[in-house]
Amino acid sequence: MRTGHTVPTLTPAMIAIWVAFATVPLWIEKVGLYQYLGVEILIFATYALAYNLVLGHSGLPSFGHGAFFGLGAYGFGLAQLNLVPDLWFCLGAAVVVASAGGAIVAAFISHRRGIYYSLLTIAFGQVFWFIAIKSHAITGGEDGLLKIARLPVRLGVATFDLTHNISLFYFVLAVFVAVSLLLWRLVHSPFGRILKAIKQNETRARFVGYDVWRYKAAVLVLSAGLSGLAGGLFAMAQSSAFPDVMSLHYSGYIVMMTLVGGGLVTFWGPVLGAIVFLLARDVIGAFTTGWMLWFGLLFVALVIYKPEGLGGMFLRPARRKPAGAK
Amino acid sequence: MALFEAHELHLRFGDRVVLEDISLSFEAGRLSGIMGPNGAGKTTCFNVLTGRYRPDRGRVLFDGADITGRSPQAIARMGIARSFQLMNLFDEFTAFENVAIALPQTRRRGADAVGQAYGDAALVAEAHDILGTVGLGQRADQIAKSLPYGERRALEIAVALACRPKLLFLDEPTAGLGSDGRARLADLVRRLKGQVTLVVIEHDMEFLFSLADDISVIHWGQVIAQGSPAELRTNPWVKNSNLGKLA
Repeated sequence: MRTGHTVPTLTPAMIAIWVAFATVPLWIEKVGLYQYLGVEILIFATYALAYNLVLGHSGLPSFGHGAFFGLGAYGFGLAQLNLVPDLWFCLGAAVVVASAGGAIVAAFISHRRGIYYSLLTIAFGQVFWFIAIKSHAITGGEDGLLKIARLPVRLGVATFDLTHNISLFYFVLAVFVAVSLLLWRLVHSPFGRILKAIKQNETRARFVGYDVWRYKAAVLVLSAGLSGLAGGLFAMAQSSAFPDVMSLHYSGYIVMMTLVGGGLVTFWGPVLGAIVFLLARDVIGAFTTGWMLWFGLLFVALVIYKPEGLGGMFLRPARRKPAGAK
Repeated sequence: MALFEAHELHLRFGDRVVLEDISLSFEAGRLSGIMGPNGAGKTTCFNVLTGRYRPDRGRVLFDGADITGRSPQAIARMGIARSFQLMNLFDEFTAFENVAIALPQTRRRGADAVGQAYGDAALVAEAHDILGTVGLGQRADQIAKSLPYGERRALEIAVALACRPKLLFLDEPTAGLGSDGRARLADLVRRLKGQVTLVVIEHDMEFLFSLADDISVIHWGQVIAQGSPAELRTNPWVKNSNLGKLA
């Protein structure tokens, strides 16, 4: 960040990405893909942006984030089936349940960093996954929570139906726009810059007066809540919630999306990663069931040769020259 | 009453006693030096005084308040800042942002998750002012890790100054500097003297004896001599040690 610079709330890149997404339903079927893929991509792009708040922006290697996505999915489904079948209420429930899960985990791990932090997130992720599988009476166990409806959007003066994939796509796009805007502001706010400082040097941050534990806990809760929001949308999109999304390998997917996309160096990298990941699943998956092998090889190659990811190759802002450089 | 007092601090790591009944006091507005050979316990002492380690026994008082065992962040917020023997900066930040993030104004807005981090003109001006004080006014936009070593040392002090401390601990500020760098740093410390109470650990005896109002010598985890530079030059222990030859 340059001296005294304020960061604009809306940027040309941001608007271009939103507009590009808005055109997807117009052409996605013409290129041989399908409308639901667009919905999935937006949900996972939202999830990846939320996840990158901890990994890329705060340097906290969470490998159990699927738990929060799953908690959001179950929160949405259970709220709809047992409490009030209202979209806003159910999405709120998804955020609250996932945030509560994040708060529990944060309370136990925020004093840790590095490998110990990672291991604890994996352990807690497995605990939540295990609970989801074993609590058959609540979650449906391995059979999952079925018959989750795509609730209509009630705006007081008007109501929009989301049963069609195109209308759901535009609703999810609206959520994506709101979340990306919120996160863009957050990473350039005092809170966001303090997280960045903690990422670089926890000791120094502590010795200039920051309560590092609180910031690490707060960012995990926030990221968990937004991941839960994506999970709630996912439950609605697929009309069900399964424990799979809480498993370790699903948690690994979001890490891969974020790193392949270049979340460590660019804000929009995770979005690119989600697009590449889901396209690889469907396009390579059309030729071979072993698509993950090829995507895995891409992941390995990027980690070795371009650790800044695809975003680092294509989206990274030009580095400015040091003062005095020619 | 002294601004800062440490009474009979004791610390052991396992079987090894690293600080043994250390008592120190630093008067407001003065520059106090701490010297001693490698491994004497000087940095460990700093770490206890600034909250990194909790002493096994003893008390630390700052401005009349007992701060023994308080966290580094609590101590920093009370007005004690420090630099480190090994460089401790926010390496990916610019020099400006290293300073701006340490300012109390940024800290007070730490819960603001939507506002501009550095939109406040007064904050920007203050950060530039501090960078100017340490001679880095022209380096504001340069990434910290790309700065030359001597300027990184100066930036360390700028980050500590940004905390607006009443008391500033400097741990071997000239470590690794050449003669020009040492001279520039001595000049900076001389300018800071009087503006803020300073406590400096230093191996460079010429540097310390020319600047300090009083010096404590630590060896084997104990304070073995205290006094003004002139008194220490005649101290029998200091005279008979390597430190004495340097002094």
